[in-house]
Amino acid sequence: MRDTFVRTLLEIAKKDKNVYIVTGDLGFGVLKPFWTELPNQIINAGIAEQNMTSIAAGLAMQGKIVYTYSIGNFPTLRCIEQIRNDCAYHNANVKVVCVGGGFVYGSLGMSHHATEDIAIMRALPDVTVLAPGDLVEAEKATEAIYEKQGTCYLRLGRGGEKRIHDKLDGFTIGKAIKIQQGERVAIFSTGAIFDEVNEACEELKEQGIVPTVYTFPTVKPIDKDVILQCAGAHDCILTVEEHNLSGGFGSAVAEVLAENGGMAKLVRVALDDRYSCIVGSQKYLRKQYGIDAKAIAKKVKENW
Amino acid sequence: MNSEQLAWLIRRHGIEMTHISHGSHIGAILSVADIVAVLYNDVANISPLNLKDENRDRIILSKGHAGAAIYAALAEKGFFNREELKTHYADGSRLSGHVSHKGVPGVEFSTGSLGHGACVAAGMALNAKLDNKPYYTYAIVGDGECDEGSIWEMALFANQFKLNQLIVVVDHNKMQSLDFCENTLSLSPFADKWKAFGWNVLDVDGHNHNELRNAFTKAKQSVDKPTVIIANTVKGKGVSFMEYDILWHYRFPHDGEEYDGALKELHEVMPIGITDPYEEDEK
Repeated sequence: MRDTFVRTLLEIAKKDKNVYIVTGDLGFGVLKPFWTELPNQIINAGIAEQNMTSIAAGLAMQGKIVYTYSIGNFPTLRCIEQIRNDCAYHNANVKVVCVGGGFVYGSLGMSHHATEDIAIMRALPDVTVLAPGDLVEAEKATEAIYEKQGTCYLRLGRGGEKRIHDKLDGFTIGKAIKIQQGERVAIFSTGAIFDEVNEACEELKEQGIVPTVYTFPTVKPIDKDVILQCAGAHDCILTVEEHNLSGGFGSAVAEVLAENGGMAKLVRVALDDRYSCIVGSQKYLRKQYGIDAKAIAKKVKENW
Repeated sequence: MNSEQLAWLIRRHGIEMTHISHGSHIGAILSVADIVAVLYNDVANISPLNLKDENRDRIILSKGHAGAAIYAALAEKGFFNREELKTHYADGSRLSGHVSHKGVPGVEFSTGSLGHGACVAAGMALNAKLDNKPYYTYAIVGDGECDEGSIWEMALFANQFKLNQLIVVVDHNKMQSLDFCENTLSLSPFADKWKAFGWNVLDVDGHNHNELRNAFTKAKQSVDKPTVIIANTVKGKGVSFMEYDILWHYRFPHDGEEYDGALKELHEVMPIGITDPYEEDEK
């Protein structure tokens, strides 16, 4: 996903010399294509995320489109006030890019697990929050935030994600994407955990269970229309995210449901409000914390 | 108008604005007044007529709590009506305690949380470098603000990227919120710290306008280094009972002795050629 991001942004930046990457000394190898082709449009701000974000705001206030780049919680939580005051309040054209949403850096430990970022970023007014679900969504999201004036957050996986969509026409910020029409249960997912949803659906299909599935590459603004349509036509909405329970994607869906009614009950698959302390790969941690394909399939069956 | 006149008016407005609003930070407003006056009056290429000019100079008040000084300077330089200064802190006002750009012509950037503005200024200075633009970016920083780690992140960055069009002025009034800087997190040797970070360092009397002007001229001669002007100031400068007294970081001049005494002292040193804007009101 990060390679898709860099490749897509490189194409954009070749055509628009106002596009810059400011990295917090991360992206070894990954940023190389960009560095090789456009060395004058990339800046290493060092391991100093607060200054990195303010520098980006300063550049953006002068008309540049600046992508801050780092991993895990470093481009967000480490410098959240700079994003709030310097970027969002000034409507600065800064695109905060996180590589490693969720348990991507599983074995590196809790410090590197980004499991509250969606909640925290979505709490900021004037910040658009995107978490693409596969490589195709990542490409489209990278293009979409370039077009979108203002501060955006792009939460990526890392590497090894699949292309799940064959192709994607008419990608729009704020719009969910229908994967399949089913019945009874509607699964909504955001971010790279879409992969697990997909796997769960294959398993369920063999058992004759076909839920409706949407991905939500945008968490803010959330697609209220799809949520309400599904709430009226299903018994259960199941949200899936590689993120903490509090304030994240499931909470965003819950807010819409609570304010607008709807028939469906809400079930959230998420990290159950704790810090992850188990050591292991992304796949292993998803299983340990009950957010993998098996856990998703189980929740669907419980509510079928 | 000359810079001495502007500095006096900034102090006069500062006393009035904090008096009316019961606002904080008069000590900082008085300590920074001369720096702000010299910058807006004599140094920076910024006026109500060139706000959209991409080659205008940029001024960011990183120590946003002295916002009243900026508002006063902008009003006196014709960016907006000085009548509006009386609304500082008030319900529905555009003039928040910490400086905000929303709807206020001439305010380049909103600040208030310390250690932000100087870094944004570095970003703007980097922009000038990248695009070969002639403008300078000035950041006014507090000495207490230098407790913030982000200031030193910026100091590393500005040196690395040779931001010679970045000029940081430290309002070095030796005091912060609760105590003297020396008793809080000692900054000394302050000039040496900046030198060690690779900066062009100028040490001046921050209340002497000629020294300030000369420092800005020298700063602009720097070829590949960012400049820090350490402007040695007195917190509460101009009102004897406010000087060197930590009380006046937060206290506002109350009716009676405090307000009257402050005005009396200011009037004793009022430059010729200007009138007290609030006495005009009374007439």
